[in-house]
Amino acid sequence: MLFTSYAFLGFVAVLFLLYYIVPRRWQWGLLLGASYLFYALAGTEYLAYILVTTVTVYYTALRIERNADRQTGYLKEHKNELTKEEKKAYKDRQKSIRLRWILAGLLLNLGILAVVKYTNFAIANLNGLLHAFGKGESRQLSFLDLALPLGISFYTFQALGYLIDVYRGTVRAQRNFFRFALFVSFFPQLVQGPISRFGDLSQTLYAEHAFDKKTFSFGLQRILWGYFKKLVIADRMLVGVNALIGDPEAYQGAWVLVGMFFYACELYADFTGGIDITIGIAQTLGITLQENFERPFFSRSLKEYWRRWHITMGTWFRDYIFYPISVCKFMQKFNKACRRYLGEAVGKRLPVYLSSFVVWFATGIWHGASWNFIVWGLGNWAVLMVSETLEPLYDRFHQRFGAGGKAYRLFEVVRTFLLVSALRTFDCYRSVPVTFRMFGTLFTARNWNILWDGSLLGLGLSLLDYGILAVGVLMLVSVSLLQRHGSVRERIFAKPYPLRFVLWYGLFLTVLLMGAYGVGYDASQFIYNQF
Amino acid sequence: MEILQDLHPDVDFETEEHLVDDKILDSFDIVSLIAEINDNFDIAITAKDILPENFNSAQALYELIRRLEEEA
Repeated sequence: MLFTSYAFLGFVAVLFLLYYIVPRRWQWGLLLGASYLFYALAGTEYLAYILVTTVTVYYTALRIERNADRQTGYLKEHKNELTKEEKKAYKDRQKSIRLRWILAGLLLNLGILAVVKYTNFAIANLNGLLHAFGKGESRQLSFLDLALPLGISFYTFQALGYLIDVYRGTVRAQRNFFRFALFVSFFPQLVQGPISRFGDLSQTLYAEHAFDKKTFSFGLQRILWGYFKKLVIADRMLVGVNALIGDPEAYQGAWVLVGMFFYACELYADFTGGIDITIGIAQTLGITLQENFERPFFSRSLKEYWRRWHITMGTWFRDYIFYPISVCKFMQKFNKACRRYLGEAVGKRLPVYLSSFVVWFATGIWHGASWNFIVWGLGNWAVLMVSETLEPLYDRFHQRFGAGGKAYRLFEVVRTFLLVSALRTFDCYRSVPVTFRMFGTLFTARNWNILWDGSLLGLGLSLLDYGILAVGVLMLVSVSLLQRHGSVRERIFAKPYPLRFVLWYGLFLTVLLMGAYGVGYDASQFIYNQF
Repeated sequence: MEILQDLHPDVDFETEEHLVDDKILDSFDIVSLIAEINDNFDIAITAKDILPENFNSAQALYELIRRLEEEA
């Protein structure tokens, strides 16, 4: 059931109604029922996957916490009898038990993710190798028919984040299995995130919520804004993007630049629109989800961009992969050795660059089981490491030339936008060689005239479409600019009722009339659903 | 304090209380900081200790080091 389908709107409308009618202590139970219904409608065969993750993570977390509690009790009870060494030996023994449990939980669930998501990728690479070593078609392995369960990358990460938090002792394990099942399956965030932390989401997910008109209408407004981004902008841009990437041979040179810009706008409107709908639905239910974006296209560097785009994924990789690798015993020893043999400056950086490499490789492959995503991830890594290394040089340059004014900041923002968009061409063409070739044509094919000779109208978009897109993008930029000074919805709320009514009703009509539906268009799946 | 000053000579670590929340220290800074502290104080700051409240100020960091020294 797509967010953009009528069935989904009906589903949510019925849920809103029931949610505020049933006794409040049943609200979270209702959400669990709704989430499983939502999931079952996507395909009953997927239910087994999410259930296995829920059961195993629930049980593992409880075992880990029980062990930690027993350790605390035992040490307290025998405080005066045990020597320091005995205490340490006991703690180490218990820790290794907990470690075994968490490893089992992580390996099982990452194993499931790896099998359904990466088996065919591994087979394709193996076949490539077999072919390269002269083994004929007879030795080629056949692909497995594995369907990717809805939202598996998102719910697996969310559940494993919880498991690690319990292991670290930063949250208490959820004892009620059904409550935990809701945390893993909460339907608005199931398909494309945000990837919530148990410590944050559990604050409002299980609470009893009375109907609050302002919160409810703010939620609806955010949903509407999300649909505007998705249906009016993203799905319209998609027509152009599909035309451009569908026939790379025909659209080279300046077209690549047009594609970069179109895809940047489409992905932004699609993903942030989807998240607006998600957070909006949660808000109408009185539940607070973490923000996933902070006006990313205003970033002045790639590093800053990655702090502001898909935030919950970035912080997940940082907290659960980057930090543990960077501060593990092996890395600390490696750090010491590097500093001793390579000098402070290089030695200090090398271990961090290595852990970042792992993170960016993982980020790449998380987005999809293909080389273009891996190259995209490592491309980001390379740019980030070069900027990190050259930072002292940049600082000196900035000080020397006093580069800090508005014009320079604007230059940095545009530069970052171009860099991000250029890297994304790997994601766009879905093929590494094609991306490199197309990128090369940017400098060889001299067809800049397509930008003004009317060729743009041959992409399946009319002049009216371009007009709508221009106004739409302008609206996105204006809202983002306004957001720097606080909530836009609060500002509108402070205006007189008639004005508010016209504004929101106008937006509603815009989505209804100018959304990209009907002939030639198809309200499409969200891009991030497939990850 | 010296380690912190080396990382960001321009920041007043005596008074700053939102080093992580205000994004003065990023993840790279935190990792280099930990490597140096672990080395100098012979303790082991692990991933579970990397919480904003432990790294938001020089004082919080000092308390974390002291706690880990006691536990060691």
